[in-house]
Amino acid sequence: MWRKGALPVSGTCPVTANHIKVALVGQPNVGKSMLINSISNSHLHVGNFTGVTVEKSEVLFDYQQYHFTVVDLPGTYAFSDYTIEERVTKEYLCAESYDMIINVVDSTNLEKNLQLTSELMSLGKKMVIALNMSDEAQKEGIEIDAPYLSQLLGVPAIKVSAVTKTGIDELIDTVLATYEQEHQEPKLIFSEPVEEEIAHIVAYLQKHDYKTPNTYRNVAINLLKNNQQTYEELHDNPIWTELQPILIEASHHIELHHDSNDLKEAFAEEYYAFNRGIIAETVRTVTNDVQALTPTEKIDNVLIHPLFGLPIFLFFMWGLFQLTFEIGSIPMGWIDGFFVWLGDTIGATIANAEIRSLVVDGMIAGVGAVVLFVPNIIILFIGIALLESTGYMSRVAFLLDGFFHKFGLHGQSFIPLVTGFGCSIPAYMSARILKNDRDRLLTLFVIGFMSCGARLPVYVLFAGAFFSQEMAGNVLFAIYMAGVFIGLIAAKVLKMTAFKGADEPFVMEMPKYRLPSFKLIWHTVTTKTWMYLKKAGTFIAAASMLVWFLSNYPHDKAIETLYAEKIAVATPAQAAVLENEQASALLEASYLGQIGKFIQPIFEPIGMDWKMSVALQTGLAAKEVVVSTLGVLYSLGADVNEQSTSLATVLSDNISFASAVAFIVVIMTYLPCLAASIVFTREAGGIKYFVYLFLFTTIIAYSLAFIAYRVTLALTG
Amino acid sequence: MKRLSECNKNALVKVVKIHTSGSLKQRLISLGIMKDVTLRVLAHTAAKGTLEIKVGKMQIALRSEEAKLIEVTDVA
Repeated sequence: MWRKGALPVSGTCPVTANHIKVALVGQPNVGKSMLINSISNSHLHVGNFTGVTVEKSEVLFDYQQYHFTVVDLPGTYAFSDYTIEERVTKEYLCAESYDMIINVVDSTNLEKNLQLTSELMSLGKKMVIALNMSDEAQKEGIEIDAPYLSQLLGVPAIKVSAVTKTGIDELIDTVLATYEQEHQEPKLIFSEPVEEEIAHIVAYLQKHDYKTPNTYRNVAINLLKNNQQTYEELHDNPIWTELQPILIEASHHIELHHDSNDLKEAFAEEYYAFNRGIIAETVRTVTNDVQALTPTEKIDNVLIHPLFGLPIFLFFMWGLFQLTFEIGSIPMGWIDGFFVWLGDTIGATIANAEIRSLVVDGMIAGVGAVVLFVPNIIILFIGIALLESTGYMSRVAFLLDGFFHKFGLHGQSFIPLVTGFGCSIPAYMSARILKNDRDRLLTLFVIGFMSCGARLPVYVLFAGAFFSQEMAGNVLFAIYMAGVFIGLIAAKVLKMTAFKGADEPFVMEMPKYRLPSFKLIWHTVTTKTWMYLKKAGTFIAAASMLVWFLSNYPHDKAIETLYAEKIAVATPAQAAVLENEQASALLEASYLGQIGKFIQPIFEPIGMDWKMSVALQTGLAAKEVVVSTLGVLYSLGADVNEQSTSLATVLSDNISFASAVAFIVVIMTYLPCLAASIVFTREAGGIKYFVYLFLFTTIIAYSLAFIAYRVTLALTG
Repeated sequence: MKRLSECNKNALVKVVKIHTSGSLKQRLISLGIMKDVTLRVLAHTAAKGTLEIKVGKMQIALRSEEAKLIEVTDVA
């Protein structure tokens, strides 16, 4: 056992101990990341759809006297470079140095998974097969004779389950044992014509005593498969001239046999035949009825019903936003109360008025305004985690493909777009599942219109401020849907102009439905929530203090003396009004006020006052800052009336409905935050794309906000 | 010359030939859609723009444009 705590870590010296580098390879959605998590207690992101891992990640751990480096590679169906993620895997396996492969396979679908295994077997690397999801296989009545399978393939195969953490120890022990042993050539057996040609080439290589670290059989197979690396190695060898005609002849023979002019297809068929033989020997399935529907098929009959599928999906989304607002608003009062209490308590201990204002009005008000929305964020994250882990996500991609297609988007774009509701950064990354660069770029440009979790606070704040409690959830849903529609229309425009071109094929695996594991959801949600809180405590707190500073300085002495004289002669009631006026005048004279006044002419046509304009600008750093800036600005300027302490009330008192609508439209459509913009630029492949994105979003945001403002103004009078 | 795109829900068919080449063919093959393999149509969207099929134990979604490229024959 080597669970944390029981690790024999400290005794080993990093220099003398043995390092083993293991590449974890498997088809998509077989639980590779989850297996690493079980092995090493790490926390890689896992989900139930193709393409959760799009970049390789390394996990380090120690076992006995060994240092393990496990490289989690993106899932790949075959050795191809169909998508970027598959290219990552292929390039790693062919070019990087590593000691071993752990091939993770889904025990419930061995036939399909062995296709990749067969390809891996000709790499000439030491390998262990992890028969993952063996618990699930057992439940489905699938019995795999692992020892016999190992014997037939010449590759050790171990039953494991990443979920129940069974067989993990045995797997690692087997990896160690295999590492210590000499490399054994796996036993791949082909059809007679192919075997004939292999024997032919092997005989030729033997005759000429060709030097290679691999076996002749391995070299022969790779030559027949048109493996580039093997070709390159042989190309400069004098035997090449004689070998070439033999190879051409062999290829013709195999192609003829398979009635295909495609060697890859021929080999896929060879593997398929071999694997079916292996399955027949080693797998026993206890099924009652072949025609009986699996649970997944039964659920699919309802959820992807031609007529009801889409309405059901829309209902789920509507429900999610209702819950986000309704349940999320319950603890809001407490959180708000807590921060008011915190501000008063801490404020009371600080004698210096300036510092007190910095801490109470700057930091605590800013952070409080952001933390207030944690309950909403948690509900939204739970919703997304459920979508990701149950397998429903791919169904929605299926349902929406036809619709998306009309707008020039790929059905699979749905996955990055939904991820975008959480945060744009992983969404930009997950766009890598799209094969075609044009589709991918198009999706990258549209992701920003899917309102991320950080924008949720702004919406909740405004929906709560300008609509009744009963309507707010619907408004929230409407805002998100409007964002999606703007995104779709933007996609259509881009597709017709910048990203013209033929449509890409849509072929996607639909994973089995899985019950969401409470532990997994808990982990995903707590991690994301913690990140949100951490950001609130660090970045947002700093930004709030900066905003506070910029809005408090310079002190205009003229205003202060003017009001001091007035207040001195006024009645107490008048004095309160005057103090309020003074605060506003001071704020307008501050640095931030000056900046706001300076940029106001640009924002005036869309109904923004200078405070809103400034809040929008700060949102370029991070969207949460919009709320904290509004919190700081309005708590300084207007918050003198003791009854209206909540920011929502202050906003509805100070901002017209039309301006609020325009503000929401800008938040929905303008440039993503700094961190997301950086990731966008990296994923799109250059700074010029960022310039395009900036122009694109700015033009859309400004013109839509203008329309929204004018129309609302006309309607409301 | 029946194509997969013409098949209705619950149809059980066998692949005869894949009429495409290059990366799409590779993709189909790597998902197990190849000659002599039996497929079942599980579902399709209202306008039949997208189909869901079952290959072995795996469920795959594909557009009718792609399904048109797959020649099939009924399984008796």
